Amino acid sequence: MEPVERITPSTLSAKDLPWQILWRKDRCTLCGRCTSVCPVRAIELGVHRKRALTIPPGLEERPANLFSVYHGIDQRTDPAHACVGCGMCTLVCPNGAIVPARTDESDRLRFHVNQGGEARRRGGRRNDSKSVLDRIKFVRISMLTDPALDAGRHEFELHTLLGRILPPERMLAAERDNGWTPPVREIYPLIIGGMSFGALSPNMWEGLQMGVAHLNEEMGMPVRICTGEGGCPPRLLQSRFLKYVILQIASGYFGWDEIIHALPKMKEDPCAIEIKYGQGAKPGDGGLLMWYKVNKLIAAIRGVPQGISLPSPPTHQTKYSIEEAVAKMIQSMSMAWGFRVPVYPKISATSTTQAVLNNLTRNPYAAGLAIDGEDGGTGAAYNVSMDHMGHPIASNLRDAYMTLVKLGKQNELPLFAGGGIGKNGNLAANAAALIMLGASGVQTGKYILQAAAGCLGSEGDRCNVCNIGVCPKGITSQDPRLDRRLDPEKVARRLVDVYLTFDTELKKIVAPLGRSTSLPIGMSDALGISNADAAQRLNIQYVL
Amino acid sequence: MCRLFAVTSSQPQSPVMAINALNVMKEGHDGSGVGLFLTDLGGEFEKFKNEPILSGIFSNEGIKALDHFMIDQDFMVKYKLSLRPTKPAPSGTPKRDNYVIRVYEYPAEWENLSREEIEYRLMMVQLQLRQIGEKDQSMLIFSFWPDVIMIKEVGDPLAVAEYLGLDRRDLTARVILCQGRQNTNYSINIYACHPFFIQGMATMTNGENTAFVPIREFLMSRDFPGYSGYYSDSEVFTHILHYMRNRLGLGMEMYKHIITPLKDGELARHPDGGMLRSLKQSCRPLIIDGPNCVIGCLPDKSMFMVQDSKKLRPGVVGGRPGIFAFSSEMCGLDASIPERDINLDHQPMRYETVLVRRERQEMEKWNQWNALPPLH
Ligand code: SF4
Ligand code: SF4
Repeated sequence: MEPVERITPSTLSAKDLPWQILWRKDRCTLCGRCTSVCPVRAIELGVHRKRALTIPPGLEERPANLFSVYHGIDQRTDPAHACVGCGMCTLVCPNGAIVPARTDESDRLRFHVNQGGEARRRGGRRNDSKSVLDRIKFVRISMLTDPALDAGRHEFELHTLLGRILPPERMLAAERDNGWTPPVREIYPLIIGGMSFGALSPNMWEGLQMGVAHLNEEMGMPVRICTGEGGCPPRLLQSRFLKYVILQIASGYFGWDEIIHALPKMKEDPCAIEIKYGQGAKPGDGGLLMWYKVNKLIAAIRGVPQGISLPSPPTHQTKYSIEEAVAKMIQSMSMAWGFRVPVYPKISATSTTQAVLNNLTRNPYAAGLAIDGEDGGTGAAYNVSMDHMGHPIASNLRDAYMTLVKLGKQNELPLFAGGGIGKNGNLAANAAALIMLGASGVQTGKYILQAAAGCLGSEGDRCNVCNIGVCPKGITSQDPRLDRRLDPEKVARRLVDVYLTFDTELKKIVAPLGRSTSLPIGMSDALGISNADAAQRLNIQYVL
Repeated sequence: MCRLFAVTSSQPQSPVMAINALNVMKEGHDGSGVGLFLTDLGGEFEKFKNEPILSGIFSNEGIKALDHFMIDQDFMVKYKLSLRPTKPAPSGTPKRDNYVIRVYEYPAEWENLSREEIEYRLMMVQLQLRQIGEKDQSMLIFSFWPDVIMIKEVGDPLAVAEYLGLDRRDLTARVILCQGRQNTNYSINIYACHPFFIQGMATMTNGENTAFVPIREFLMSRDFPGYSGYYSDSEVFTHILHYMRNRLGLGMEMYKHIITPLKDGELARHPDGGMLRSLKQSCRPLIIDGPNCVIGCLPDKSMFMVQDSKKLRPGVVGGRPGIFAFSSEMCGLDASIPERDINLDHQPMRYETVLVRRERQEMEKWNQWNALPPLH
């Protein structure tokens, strides 16, 4: 027998990995495309020696060994090179000779992805495809007592408001006395959630920005996109497209030197400022851009040295108390733009959301609250944070809305919900459910990556190597050789497709409910769910 | 869909006139209930223009509790009109002990109160009584207000009117709102019967209110005890009107701007677009989503009609100086005022409000595109 390598505790076989590469010798022409495309170098050219016995008939000649050599694909099995199931090899193979297959039982790799004491970090999301939002149905169908509307022909006004909306009494007083009215933006209820320049490749960013500009200027849809924490390219800051952009400031303040310096040169105000206190994918943890991705361009925009990891602190350093942090930050941000720009915090969904909310209701400058549920995605986080930390969005949002109803401020302080919306592809249905539970709009990131750029990630831990700059689709890479796989124009076109489809589907949901003149925020009587506990918790109908 | 008929006339009319008009439109209501709002009263009630009138249905225990409560509050009965059915109740109509219409004298200690305070207290008395009676159904309270009588009962409108003897000479009014109910999604509860009343104003509606829940939540969170009840999704139309007038101090020309605001694109072209946009944003939870036709009466006895753009068969207003009728169907108008110039009939469409003032000389029409009077 030939000697095998030394066996260590972390010596794994292909069977121990989550994905096994199935390779067909009869089809492979050894073109080498798969090995060169693999983002984690999980496969390599293998040279195999094969022994065959030849047994000639008769007794004259003795049986002999015949050794031949063949070339093929080997799957590497060390944790650093375990296949991530992205399927790029399958995509590029001209002969259909290779495909990753998911293991038939739970893998052993999970016990070894902490080599050197480094806990697993990855991109992606929670890896759980269950979704309460998917189970919510729209049960109040207009039929005879009031007619259902024609989604295709009726006029719909489904915009939403972002900004502190004065209660009618105060609005009229301000009108009479020519007083200050907080800025309010009329926007499309589906916002592209914060994904930073740095987390995303330049091509991805450009594609999204082009798509957003097209939606606004050609399609008349006031779609807004949030920058995430990572600054904003100077050209965009000084362009008229800035009005479609929500600038995010987070605990690392990355890019804000540049933004503040660009202030005098801005032709337009940004749509809003989002202060990120938390993120659903990794609640209580700061942003993270790993060193692989901090190249010259990113370093320049963020105002940091090249090639170092950029972990944002879990909390804003100026924070002593919630009053202090929120009030101060909101006020200084408002002041920077002369109180013309709505400023609102984003938090990760938590059982303490109500405390934050109560505080905001008393702060006349707070323009809203974005709540990001546990199913949110991220470019980089610790696996444990992603899988185990956080609060589901549905009940958290509902509680927040009902708190506002109790205070009579449900219209004053708009809530935006994020985290796993459309995680199983049901973007419009999930968004409509959240809106009827009380959200003024929703934020989504992952869905956009999947639909507009072809991200390969899934709730089954597929790919998810967004954190190390090797994104095989060029979406979250920072390597020009990978980035160029993504054509910004095509991303823009797909983004437009996504919004047009969403719009149609949203109308297909609200029209049968008889709604067209305003977004049905809080129309909870339209919702039902086939789980009694969920129905009770969300205060919607229980239907079986 | 419910049938609505309202009349405003210089000569006091019997409620039966309105009920007859409803009867013409009978195809549309299923006789599950009738509601009447009478104001600018004629007959004996002319003498008590300022004293509050209590309208409701009481069991014998309810009457005792009422007397007890009112004496405690120092209200004295000044005049009463009793509806005493002699015949057996028509099918579907429950047998009641007492239909009460009583004029009260104000408590002495209310004498120096401001008008606003008096109006608030009257509303609170009505709410308290309703609450006391709610548990055992011993009291059903419809209104407690000067110069207002309300009658509501389950059953076919014409049969109920005959049963209660509503054609009596001492029961007349110059303003009558009347609704024949089409029972849809709610079980028959008399509090779900239109018209709805709050502090001197009343409205009735047909069509379902698809935006009911958020509107109700908004009103209930205004911290005003009168915004309660809501056995019917139409009650919010009355309360929105009240909120607009009494809480926001806005005139009737703004009602439609609140419940059916102009579209964003339209606002950009309106002379008062800026203010209307802010109003639309601030009152966003009050936007209705139709299809609804609303007919109502204001404390100054003006009568109005508005509807939203989804109303497929709009209501109509017609008449001549001295008498105007507001009807959900054309046939109701034809039956009640046949000798009018039908060319002047008007169906207010998506942007319009029609109003007939107490003088009953003409129909005023406002369009949402008109410039607004200045805010005061
Ligand atoms: S599926 Fe992806 S990670 Fe796995 S071998 Fe193929 S290219 Fe490499
Ligand atoms: S395709 Fe790119 S963005 Fe999507 S999961 Fe893989 S690495 Fe992340």
